[in-house]
Amino acid sequence: MATLHTRSAARLMIAPSVLLLLAWMIVPLAMTIYFSFLRYNLLMPGMEEFAGFSNYSYFLTDPAFFQAIFNTLAIVLGVLFITVVGGIALALLLDQPMFGQGIVRILVIAPFLIMPTVAALVWKNMFMNPVNGLFAWVAKLFGLQPFDFLANAPLMSVILIVAWQWLPFATLILLTALQSLDEEQKEAAQMDGASAWSRFIYLVLPHLSRAITVVILIQTIFLLSVFAEILVTTNGGPGTQSTNLTFLVYAQALLQFDVGGASAGGIIAVILANIVAFFLMRMIGKTLEA
Amino acid sequence: MGNITLRNVSKVFGAHAVIPSIDLNINDGEFVVFVGPSGCGKSTLLRLIAGLEDVSDGEIVIDGKNATELPPAQRGLSMVFQSYALYPHMSVRSNIGFPLKMANEDKAVIDKKVADAARVLNLTDYLDRKPRQLSGGQRQRVAIGRAIVRQPKAFLFDEPLSNLDAALRVNMRLEISQLHQDLKTTMVYVTHDQVEAMTMADKIVVLNRGRIEQVGSPLDLYHKPDNLFVAGFIGSPRMNFVSGSSATPYKAHTMGIRPEHLVLSKESGTWSGTVGVAEHLGSDTFLHVNVDDIGTMTARVSGDFAVTHGDRVFLTPDAQRVHRFDDKGLAIR
Repeated sequence: MATLHTRSAARLMIAPSVLLLLAWMIVPLAMTIYFSFLRYNLLMPGMEEFAGFSNYSYFLTDPAFFQAIFNTLAIVLGVLFITVVGGIALALLLDQPMFGQGIVRILVIAPFLIMPTVAALVWKNMFMNPVNGLFAWVAKLFGLQPFDFLANAPLMSVILIVAWQWLPFATLILLTALQSLDEEQKEAAQMDGASAWSRFIYLVLPHLSRAITVVILIQTIFLLSVFAEILVTTNGGPGTQSTNLTFLVYAQALLQFDVGGASAGGIIAVILANIVAFFLMRMIGKTLEA
Repeated sequence: MGNITLRNVSKVFGAHAVIPSIDLNINDGEFVVFVGPSGCGKSTLLRLIAGLEDVSDGEIVIDGKNATELPPAQRGLSMVFQSYALYPHMSVRSNIGFPLKMANEDKAVIDKKVADAARVLNLTDYLDRKPRQLSGGQRQRVAIGRAIVRQPKAFLFDEPLSNLDAALRVNMRLEISQLHQDLKTTMVYVTHDQVEAMTMADKIVVLNRGRIEQVGSPLDLYHKPDNLFVAGFIGSPRMNFVSGSSATPYKAHTMGIRPEHLVLSKESGTWSGTVGVAEHLGSDTFLHVNVDDIGTMTARVSGDFAVTHGDRVFLTPDAQRVHRFDDKGLAIR
């Protein structure tokens, strides 16, 4: 981009993508903001009128809102914890030389390739179902009462299902990071008298810190908006026990037909996501530098 | 206290015997260099001594104690790796102190020993830096520092200078030799560079395809090579070999003569030839001469011997310094 000519040519070249981004992102956002200030109910078409901040005040004072915030955070933190800890453990195991390593590594990524709805339905009907599920069968095998996961521990069940889906992603990222650890460093630590545990703490974990950061950042983005798994398993219930922010917005718009309120909820979700991203980058973003 | 004895040590990877069988004795305080072409098993041999590889057969005795089955940390040896293998996220201070920390030493003791090592190695100003903020030579010194704080029975060096530029390599060579004089600890040093071997070693072990070709002091190997391989490997530029009818007058299958033991003249001599490439180093000139009926020979002449490409010259080998080898490549004495 040295000369005036190449600079203006470059601007011309990127113009189409800028315009496309504007159309695809700014327009929906602007419309959502616009709707959030309207009284806009699908049951009363043609009756839209300006409503000020009342949509926001209704949404923010809804008792379901605080439950949804809590559930959203619980899903994000719970899944992150399981996938990072489990991912490190699995990556360490898969890094060991073994027979059929290539096939095992391909199989490990399989859950990630399954559609969220399908995965959740498989879990709901084949594993967690209190009558036909595998877990119920195991429980009966030991003479125990089957546990109805989705009714009695809905949030935990959703976390479990989502964690199962994201575990391969974390495992793969961490495995590749593990494989980039210099063999001579491990040997040096061995010569220095470090036990396997010390080598893990002082050598492997610091080496993985950057990969762990990447896993946390990417997963947080997607976990804030978990939806399909909730829709096909618990439908947000019982009550609002497994409703997260995304599901609450959906319920507001398409179950209560309140587009204005849902738009306000959407905007609030965007603001909260930005707050989370801000704190996340401050806390762990510095490990990505240099 | 650091003599190392190898008895019948062998190492097999699959069906491939990297080291068929080796007996070797390294005395306390000696500077021993393993030298050989790449793939000769010298690094494997070092790793066997370190305990980073298991021996397939035979035993390793360190300090009179059988260490064959001991894990690396309990052998009391320190190793400096080719890539230095510094811990990238730790400061220089923590890197050097790491072995002591792993040995659960007292914090004050660690600080003192690290400070001492840093002073010896001129690293005092860099203790709080990370390895990536250091130059190649400084990283090398940190790796050495990490090795010396444990006060090991012996140091193992695995081609430690190969990642440094030429000038720095000469410097570090001196520093390591100096360190050996100061510490008087056994050092085992692996290199493919015969100049490093010649300049640093008390004892050179020449390896080829996992076998020991010859063990001896640098000058022993230079003056009395046991076989063609050692004769060709030690010395720079390498020895000229002549076989066939031209070697017959010397009662040998192959005769060898070092470039520095050829006398050149423009008038007369045993062999005659045409000057090919002349490498002028200033003090000396290496002449690549196409000798009639024999082939290319290298000769070292004084820097002011004026010849250029295409000149006719005569070469005469110094009869006292001819090396003679039989048809199996072994030296005839």
